[in-house]
Amino acid sequence: MSSLAASHEHPALSTSKPIQPGWVRIVHWINALAMILMIMSGWQIYNASPLFNFRFSSNITLGGWLGGALLWHFAAMWLLMVNGLVYLALGFATGRFANKLLPITPAGVISDTKAALTGKLLHDDLSKYNYVQKLLYAGIIVVGVLIVLSGLSIWKPVQLQYLTALFGGYDVARYVHFICMAAIVAFLVVHVALALLVPKSLRAMIIGR
Amino acid sequence: MGRLRSLLIPGVDKQLLVRDAVKVMPDLARRRFIAGGASFGALTLLTGCNVFDSFSAEDMLKQISKFNDGVQDLIFNPNALAPTFPESAITKPFPFNAYYELDDAPDINGKDWKFEVRGLVDNKKSWTLEELYKLPQVKQITRHICVEGWSAIGSWTGTPLRDFLKIVGADTRAKYCWFQCGDSEGYNSPLDMRTALHPQTQMTFKFGDEILPRAYGYPMKVRVPTKLGFKNPKYVISMEVTNEYKGGYWEDQGYNSFSGS
Repeated sequence: MSSLAASHEHPALSTSKPIQPGWVRIVHWINALAMILMIMSGWQIYNASPLFNFRFSSNITLGGWLGGALLWHFAAMWLLMVNGLVYLALGFATGRFANKLLPITPAGVISDTKAALTGKLLHDDLSKYNYVQKLLYAGIIVVGVLIVLSGLSIWKPVQLQYLTALFGGYDVARYVHFICMAAIVAFLVVHVALALLVPKSLRAMIIGR
Repeated sequence: MGRLRSLLIPGVDKQLLVRDAVKVMPDLARRRFIAGGASFGALTLLTGCNVFDSFSAEDMLKQISKFNDGVQDLIFNPNALAPTFPESAITKPFPFNAYYELDDAPDINGKDWKFEVRGLVDNKKSWTLEELYKLPQVKQITRHICVEGWSAIGSWTGTPLRDFLKIVGADTRAKYCWFQCGDSEGYNSPLDMRTALHPQTQMTFKFGDEILPRAYGYPMKVRVPTKLGFKNPKYVISMEVTNEYKGGYWEDQGYNSFSGS
């Protein structure tokens, strides 16, 4: 009951429950590192045989050449996969996904999008996500699962040939993998920009409150 | 500045927002926040791109690559066949790819060529092309996947390597079949024995029902549809059955040695 009283007086400084629990902060930052390593080495790998009419500048790639980039990519994949599985397991087990990300209603998404675009969306309670956040955070988890599965289909098109076939074959899986990367990068740009605009959300992801 | 402004949420005053944010930060947190930023900045400034040099990223990556060899060996199913395709799916023209240009590719005279068999085998004789052509052959239409990412479907005909290993009395408990090639830099590549015994691993003499052209490795290549392209040596001149890991042309430069697909 003391937590109730505290939250009435100082909502931002409540000592009862952190906005972001410890396990979320740990997997978040491990994921951030793994994603950056995967994306930058992935760009270098892409450059060896581009799908589109452009290459990534070597200033923003990791590994120096194809062989180095592959070493990074197939090392960081363990970090990404193990950390991602821990996140999914705890997200379901603790009820965080159900509490924070659901329900997502079309009406809620539309009204919150309007509110965001007209500057009326409030960030007074960081422990509650608005519908736009719910949609983006749930969506990026799905993209995260897809990028790992499409990556596995490219890596093991014989041993995991049924998975590869599910993506429409080896060549199509490469495009799926690329599009998922593009979606994650787009998410990252918005996510980082908004975290910098609402620094208390960034602080909550570092120290919990 | 104009670009930065467009990134802001409309209707939110930037200065008020920053002031609010700092106000709600407890003192300790504010200090930790700034200190964290400063040390990360200092780290990247001092060491440039080589943040990871202190614990030798290269050694760590090599160790993980060896670990990945083990993982791939574990998930390799010796009975899982690479998908096969109809004739109509064959990629035309099938790409030529090597560390050298086509003009510099080995130009081997099939009459002089001999395939040398060494190491842990009962019969160490060298084989002429004529002798090899007499062995039973099978055709496969499979996908060749390059380490660079592109893929192409081709038609390869030849003798399953496992049949040949039986004929020469190879010790199939040995770890590797190590192949050497006839190019100027001496391309070579180790093939793990389980993959060498895979039903689709083939000593290839024909491409698209024609005698293997120079571009694709005349007189013989080793086709391994469960491996990346660089593990499919062309212009092969010898094979050694061995327990020793002898490295390979690309493997030594950092490509993952198992490179299974």
